[in-house]
Amino acid sequence: MNPPKAATANKSDAGAADGGVRELISGSEAISHACRLADVDVITAYPIRPYDTVMQYVSKMIADGEFDCEYIIAEGEHSQFEIVKHASTVGARVFTGSSGVGWLYAFEALAVTAGLRLPVVAMVGNRALDDPGAFGTEHNDALAVRDLGWMLSWVATAQEALDTTLISYRVAEDSRVSLPCAISCDGAFLTHSQVMVDIPDKATVDSFLPPYERGKKLLHPDNPITIAPQVNEDWLMEIRMQSDQAMRRAKGVIVEAYEDFNKKFGRNEEPFIERYMMDDAEIAFVGMGTLEMPVKVGVRKLRQQGKKVGFIRIRWFRPFPTEELREALSGVSAVGVIDRDYGLGSPYNSGVLANELRSALYAADNRPKVISYIAGLGGREVSTEDVIHIADMALDAAAGGKTDDQETYWIGVRE
Amino acid sequence: MSTHSVEVVYRGVFQGTLAKNICRGIVLAASIDGKIGMAFGRYSDSPERNGIPAKQFAVVSDTEEELQEVLAAYQPDAADVTIVADDTMCKGIESWAWYGLQPINSMLKGGGTLLITSTQSSNKLINDIHRRDEPYDLAIIKSPASLAGKFVYKDDHTDVKILGALAKIAPHIVSLDTITQAIQDQWKDDKKVAAAKKAHDRTDTVSVSAGQGSDRPTFDFELPGWTKMGECVSIPAQSVRQDIPGREGGYTPGRSETFRKFSTRTMRPVINFDTCTKCTLCWLTCPDGSFDITPDGFYDANMEACCGCGICEDVCPVKECVTMVNEEAFDDNACQWEMWTKDKESYSAWLLGKISNRPARSHGFHHLGQYAEEIANESA
Repeated sequence: MNPPKAATANKSDAGAADGGVRELISGSEAISHACRLADVDVITAYPIRPYDTVMQYVSKMIADGEFDCEYIIAEGEHSQFEIVKHASTVGARVFTGSSGVGWLYAFEALAVTAGLRLPVVAMVGNRALDDPGAFGTEHNDALAVRDLGWMLSWVATAQEALDTTLISYRVAEDSRVSLPCAISCDGAFLTHSQVMVDIPDKATVDSFLPPYERGKKLLHPDNPITIAPQVNEDWLMEIRMQSDQAMRRAKGVIVEAYEDFNKKFGRNEEPFIERYMMDDAEIAFVGMGTLEMPVKVGVRKLRQQGKKVGFIRIRWFRPFPTEELREALSGVSAVGVIDRDYGLGSPYNSGVLANELRSALYAADNRPKVISYIAGLGGREVSTEDVIHIADMALDAAAGGKTDDQETYWIGVRE
Repeated sequence: MSTHSVEVVYRGVFQGTLAKNICRGIVLAASIDGKIGMAFGRYSDSPERNGIPAKQFAVVSDTEEELQEVLAAYQPDAADVTIVADDTMCKGIESWAWYGLQPINSMLKGGGTLLITSTQSSNKLINDIHRRDEPYDLAIIKSPASLAGKFVYKDDHTDVKILGALAKIAPHIVSLDTITQAIQDQWKDDKKVAAAKKAHDRTDTVSVSAGQGSDRPTFDFELPGWTKMGECVSIPAQSVRQDIPGREGGYTPGRSETFRKFSTRTMRPVINFDTCTKCTLCWLTCPDGSFDITPDGFYDANMEACCGCGICEDVCPVKECVTMVNEEAFDDNACQWEMWTKDKESYSAWLLGKISNRPARSHGFHHLGQYAEEIANESA
C-alpha cells in the first residue's frame, strides 16, 4: 500500500505529525503491532514457521510491558484454534495463526469456527504442505478452507499486512458478518522481510475499530444461551443459509471498512483488488500476494516494449470479487492467472485462482481467454523473465496463436 | 406388479441390530422370490442415541422402476406392516426434534397390520395406541422387548420370530417358505428356523375398529425459516424457573416446548414422598432437568420431561424412595406429587402396587454386571 501522506522517514518526527511512528519491521512484526493496536484480548501460539515469527514479536511486546493480553501457548494447532474459538464466544477479541500442515492440523477447529460464525482473526504464513518436508510458500494451506465460511485475504507488503489486520477485525466482528478472517502472508518474502512501515497511533485505530460486542450472542452467566447444539436435517440448511448471507453481506461491509480506513489513515486503496497499469491494458496478469513484485517489474518492462499489459492483484479471495474482476477485465482479450498453488485433477488441471476466475468470468459479456500458470511452488523464485514469458504466451493466445487456454502451464519447472 | 413397504420402529442403540436383521430378512426372502428390495434406516432419527424411537424400512418390488418410485422419497408414504419392537412405544413416538409426537400407527395403511412384540394383552395395547379413522389389524408376538442392539446382542430369536409372524400376517410380502430359507441362508441355524415357524403358527391377529384406541393428544410444530432464526447458532436458554399455577412456592425449570422426548422412556421413576429426605440428589443429577420443585420442597419427576434414564434411582440414598418401573404399568403422565398430596393412603397403595409388581426392564441396566447375571440365570 502507499504510505500515508503524513508519514515521514523519521520515527520521532512521525510521532509528532500524527501520533504514529515509522519503523523498519517485517510483515509478521507489522501484524503484531496491529494486534497491540486492536487491543486483542486472547492470543494462542504454537510454533511452526514461517507464521510463528508473529508470536515472537507478540511475546516480546508482552514481556516489555507494551501489550496486555492473555497469551496462551497451546499444545498443538487444534487446541490453538479451539481456545480462541471459545474465547471469542465470551466476547474476547482474539488472534492466532499457523502455517502449512499446522493450519491443516487445526482443520476441525477451523471448520467449526466458521460454522459457529465466530470472528476469529488468524494469520496464515503461507507454507507448502509437507510431505515432502518443505517450508517455502504455497497458497494451498489457506485455500483449503475456502468454502467453509472463512474470509480470506492475501497481502503483499508489511504495511498492507498491518492495515488489513485492522480492517479484518472491523469486518469479522461486524454483527452483519460475524465470520472468521484469515490474513495470508507469503512465507519469508513477507513474514521475514523488513521494510519501513507506518504504525498508526492508538487513538486513530480506536476511531476506526469499535470494541467487539456480541450482544445477545455473548456466552455469559448473565446472558444464558447455548451455542452449537446438535442439529440434523431439520436445522442445518437454514444455518448454512445464514452463513451464506453473512458472507454476501461481508462484501458491503468490506467496502465500508476501506472507505473509513482510507479516510482515517489517509490512504486511497480499492477494497478487493489492486489495479496496476490496467487503464488501457489489452492483456492482464492476475495473482495474489508477493508475486506482485516481479509482475509489476515485468509489466513495466513489457510496457517499455510497447505491449499493453496490466496487473490485477486480488486482495480478498473470500468473499471473491466477482463483479469487480468482471468489470476490471472487461476490456482485455486474455488473462494470465499466476497461481502459487496447484489444483490437481481440477478443470484443465489449473490452479485454484485460475478456475475461480474462469467461473467468475463465464457470464461476462466480453469473456477474455483465461490461461492458467502454476509458478513459484515451494517458494521458488518467480522471475521478471518468467513474467515476460507468460505475457508473451498470453499475447499469443489473444492473437489466436498456439497458446492453449485449455492448458495449464507450469513456469520455472525443470524438465 | 406390486411394491410393499414394511416399517420397523425400534429403540435406538438397544434394538438397532434387531431392526436391521428384520429388514434384511424381508429383502433376502423377497430376492429368493425373484423380487428386488432395499433395507434402510432413517439415519436422522438419531438411531445411535439410547432409547430414541427410530425407524428402519424394508421395501420390496417386482421391478427396479417400482422400487425407485418408493425410494425416490426419504421414506415410504405408507407401510403395509408396521413392526413395533418395544411395546412401550405404542403410546406414541418422538423420533427427533422436528417431528413432535406421532402415533405409532401413523404410517400404517388402512387395513394394514401392526405387529408388536409384547407380553401385554391386545386390549391393553389398543388402549395405548392412538385411534384411527380406518380399521387395521393388530398381531402380537408374546415376548418381551428384545435387547439386540449396537453393543449388546441378546440372541433370543426375536428377529426370526418376527419374520415368521410376518409370513403369517403378510404372505403377499414374504411366504413362510422363502423366509425360512432366507433365515437358513443367513444364520445356518435350525433352531432359528424352528423359532420362526413356531412364531408363524402361534401369531394371532385381532381387528381394531375405526375410532378404537387412545385419544391422548399428539403434538407437532412449525420449524422457523432462516430469516426468523437467531444468528450464529446461538440459542437463548430456557428460563431457570417457571411458576406452576396453583402451586405457590413451587416451580418447574424452563423446558423446551417443542422437544419433550418422553417417548424415549421405557421405564419411569416412582417416588415415595413419605421416605424422601429432600437430599436434592435426584434433582441435581437429572440430565434433563425433569424434576419439578413442589411448594413443600419435594422433587417431583415430571413425566412430560423424563427420559427414563434411571440416574435418580441410582443416586437416591433411601431404599425404594425412587424406583424405576416399566412404562407399560402406566396409562398417563399424571403428577405423582399431586396424587400423593390429594390422598396419601391411596398413593401409598398405588406405589406399593407398582413396585411389588415391577416388570423386568426392557432396556438399560441397574448396575454393572447385570447383563452377565441375567445371561447366567437364563442359562441355569
